Parts: sequence; C-alpha cells; structure tokens
Amino acid sequence: MNETEARYPWWQKILLYGLLIFMAVIIAYPLYQAFVTSMATATETQTYPPKLFPTTWQFQNYVDALEAAPLPRYLLNSIIQSSLVTLSHLILASLAAYAFAFIDFKFKNFFFLIFLSTMMIPWEATIIPNFMTITGRNPMPFCSDNEIFVGILQFIEGLNIINFTVDPAKLTCAFTFKDTYLGLALPYMATAFGTFLVRQFFMSIPKDLHDAATIDGCSRLRFLATIAVPLARPALGTLAVFSFLQTYNQYLWPLLVTNDKNMRTVQIGLTMLQDQENMQFQLVMAGVVIILIPTFVLFILGNRQLIRGLTAGAVKG
Amino acid sequence: MTISPNALDPLRSSARTTSQVQSAKGSRAVRNFVTAMLFLAPSLIIFILFVFIPLLKTIQLSFYLTDPIGRMAAFNGLDNYQRVFDKKELLNSLQVSFLFTLYVVPSTIILALFLAVLANARLRGISVFRVIFSSTIAVSAAAASLIFSFFFNPSNGVFNYLLDLANLPRVQWLVSDVSALPAISGLTVWLQLGFCTVILLAALQGISQELYESATIDGAGFWSSFRHITLPMISPTIFFLIVVQTLSALQTFTQINVLTKGGPVGSTNVLVYLIYQAFYFNSQYGIAATMSVVLFLIMLVLTIIQFGVLERRVFYS
Repeated sequence: MNETEARYPWWQKILLYGLLIFMAVIIAYPLYQAFVTSMATATETQTYPPKLFPTTWQFQNYVDALEAAPLPRYLLNSIIQSSLVTLSHLILASLAAYAFAFIDFKFKNFFFLIFLSTMMIPWEATIIPNFMTITGRNPMPFCSDNEIFVGILQFIEGLNIINFTVDPAKLTCAFTFKDTYLGLALPYMATAFGTFLVRQFFMSIPKDLHDAATIDGCSRLRFLATIAVPLARPALGTLAVFSFLQTYNQYLWPLLVTNDKNMRTVQIGLTMLQDQENMQFQLVMAGVVIILIPTFVLFILGNRQLIRGLTAGAVKG
Repeated sequence: MTISPNALDPLRSSARTTSQVQSAKGSRAVRNFVTAMLFLAPSLIIFILFVFIPLLKTIQLSFYLTDPIGRMAAFNGLDNYQRVFDKKELLNSLQVSFLFTLYVVPSTIILALFLAVLANARLRGISVFRVIFSSTIAVSAAAASLIFSFFFNPSNGVFNYLLDLANLPRVQWLVSDVSALPAISGLTVWLQLGFCTVILLAALQGISQELYESATIDGAGFWSSFRHITLPMISPTIFFLIVVQTLSALQTFTQINVLTKGGPVGSTNVLVYLIYQAFYFNSQYGIAATMSVVLFLIMLVLTIIQFGVLERRVFYS
C-alpha cells in the first residue's frame, strides 16, 4: 500500500473526505449500534428515540447472555468444526495441487474439469441426499457385545466423532454422523477453490527444482512437505483464513445436522437467544458481539490474506 | 550389397533400445497416473460422495414418490414436476425469489462501485476507510439478521425513528407483507457490500494510472474518464459480480429463517425456504428434490443467459 498521495485541489479533498466519512458511518453504524445496545439496560432498549450513544456499561449483559444459551460450548463446537475443515482444506488442497502442478499424467484435463465443476454445482442440488447420508442410521457390517468393542465405540462417541447404537438383543450395530463434529465437517472437507489457489503458487516453483530433488531420491511427499508447502505459505495462509471464516459463518448445514443442544454451532445458538414473546435485545446484541469477536480478530489480522483470497476468485491472471 | 552382421548389429541394438524406451515410457505413464491418483484421491472421494452422487440422487429422487424417511417408494415419472407446478406455492416462491434478486443485486453492485471509487482515492488514511468498507465480510448472515431485527422494530427501531425525523409515515417493516421483502433485501445489500467493494476496488487498482493521465491531458473530466476508461476496464469484474450475486441471492436462506420464516402471508417465502420446509418439516423428499432441480435449472439458464447477453458487452483487454 505504498501509494503516492495524489494532489487534489482543496475543495476536492474536502468533498472526498466528507463522502468517505459519511459512507463509513453508514456502513459501520449497524455494528456500532449492536455494541451500544449490548451495553444498555433492558429498559433502555425499549425507549424512544432509540439510544444512539452508550450511557451505562452493563457488562452483566454478557454474563447473562453466556448463561441464557451455552455460548462457550457453541464457540468450542464452531471452532472445532472450522478447524477440522480448515486443516483438511490445507492438506487435501496441497496434495491435489501437487498432482496438478508437478505430475504429467493422462486425463489431467479431465480431472481438472471434475474439480472445476464442483464449484458450479450449487448446494441446494446436493443438500437433500447429503442430509439423508449424514443424519441417517447406517447399519455396520460387523457387531459384537464384546466389552472392548463396545468400549472403543463409546470412546469414539465420547469424542463426538461418530455416534453408535448397539442393540445387544439382535446383535446389530448402527452408526450416524448426526450431532457429531465429523457430520458437521465431512461434506465440506475438500476444496476446488483452494486446490486452484495452491496450484497457482506451486506453478511458480521451477520444475527443475522438483526434478532435481526427486532424482536425488527425495520422495514426492517429502518434496511437497519440505520444499513446496513452505514456499506456498502465502497461498496456504489465504486459504486458511478464507476456509475458517466461511465454515464459522455457516448456518443451514449445522441447522440440519445438529439437534442435540450441546452440538449446536454459534450461528444457530445465537438465534436461540431470540425470545419471540419478550425479545431481550441487550442479551441478543451481547451474543452478537461475542460471536463476532473471533471473525473480527481474523479479519483484522488476516486482512491481506483474506482480500487476496477473495480477489483470486474474481480477477484472473 | 550384402549387409554384414556388423552393420546390422548397431541397428538391432538401437531398435532394442527404442522399444525398451517405449515400454519404460509406458510404464512411467502408468506409474505417473497411479501416483497422481493417490494425490487426488482424498479430494476426489469427498467430491464423489458429497457432490456428484448427491447431485445424481437429487435428480433421481425428483422422479420418485418417497416415504417419510426419504426412501424411494415408486417411480412416478414427471408427476412430481406436475404437482409442484400445479401448486400456487411454487409460483409464489419463484416470484419472491426473483423480486428479491432484483432488489438486491443491482443496488449492491451500484453502491459497491460508488464505495470502491471513493476508496480508490489516493488520500492520507485511506486504508482505514478501506477496512471499514470491507468489514461486513466478517459478519455472518445470522448476526446481521439479529442486528437488523432491532432496527426494524416498528415501535422504537432506528428506521422508523429516521422516518419520524423526516416527517414520513411509519412502516411496519417485517410485520407487513408489503415491506418485509424490501426490508430483508436492504439488510442483504449491507451484508454483501463488503465483498463487492473489495472485488471492485481490486479491479480499480489494476487499471494503469497512465490511462487516466493521458485522458486528463486530453482534457477529459472525472465523468468522462469514468465512462470511457473505468467502466470498460472493470466491466469483466462487474459481470463476474452480477453472476455471483444473482446466484447467491437466489440461494438466500439464513435471513429468511431468522427473521420471517417465510411470512407474513408467504411474502418472503423464497424458493430455498420452500425446499427446506418440504424436506425438513414435511419429509416430502421427492417434492423437495423436484423443486431443487427446478431451482438448479433456473440458475443454470440464468447463468447461460448472462454469459450470452452480458459478456458480449464486456471489454477484455
């Protein structure tokens, strides 16, 4: 951002700053008002005209919001879900990008198109079968009431990865991804966008470097892990910020595949603060501020990465 | 001329090496293919299980009668399609979805263009404004909906307060079937502004300053530079945004579910919400799949039309 300042005539400067400030106030107002309301008393949210400036600092609202819905648990759930998806995106995109950038193989264009087409298929064309797969009960090919076997199943269930039902009478076992972290993350663990982003970066690594390294006995995986991935750190940073934000802000999928109160994510949990009859706006806004903190930290710290990621999809070249 | 064995020898040996090279090449091609597949496999498995098979299954479901847990009971050809189009609900939802897209997409892009041009001014402190203008990227649709539900409050919300100040009649916002859809559109415009501004600003920054300088020397003012340089240069980006924003507007769900649940009297019952109700609440999987296919086809046709009509007017340098 080392741009030279342009010389504008003084009246243009005033006009530009005036417009910039005016628009900034409009854009930022909703977030500002959410913060002000989160600090107001219950009666202050009912007054007319609405309070535009804080007069009291009701930190108690935050305590109450955390009690009204198990927000810390929801935050944990969302962070686990988003981390799972992000980590998987980083690994799977690096692997696939390596194949597209460094290996000459038959049908490469065909597989490239397969990846590309997943970006064209809208979610509503796949969500009903995915909902059925993830929330359905799937019978397991083997079953036993052996203590160790049941113990292992209970351990996995305890980590909220897969849920099991064991029927000792008929000796049948079934599993479901409903209300589990894996169910939240699984359908979204691969990314075509990320693959293209990392591939673009890998293409700038000289092929000679790859050939020399692999001839010297460096295995492909080692080359990927020790040379290519460190070089592609900027692209991976972009992908990480982008994937985390996208998953954290997901709404419909978590709504469909979680029913257990303890497995909800923040976006769903937040709307549970809404009480249709007696809307406690100061609590709702405290909840909004709490769930916005992680994304705003990410937005400020990873601003450059995020913007690079967003524009990578739009401006080609 | 007799051919001595000596003369033949090198020929034969060279023939042997060619065939050896060929077979080595062939086995290397196979090996490369297998290696590439291993690198692509994790992504491919996810795509096949959660994108391609579900897409085909959605299409298949749309031709079947289904039982309450989504199993296909009987093939019934195009009956689902006939049933869906006979209902008034689908036609209403199509109308609502199109109207919503019409409210949101043009206003978002025009406003974002205005913000991007402002944020492209080379002034001291401009990066602060750029961060503020792009800040809604970090806001989830659920959080935005809750914040605006406070503003839409008919008795003491800030929107009716502003109308009172301007001596205009009050509006019932989300409570009335006339104003609910425009109200949700307004909040969606705010939510999408950050993304569109970032994309347009990146496009503006890609235009060479020399173009403007030579235009200024030729006596072109701001408007004429804007019309003859800026707009043509960023037309591919505007086109990209029109396509992406249209698709995203047609798939809007969160705002509707948090704020109105399709009401009042179906005035915000967008197609995606109708699909959600059909399979999640009414377990009509076949009907829901049919509507998904309809929406998928509409989006496909719209995208093709946009490519056909708009792309011809776009200037690619």
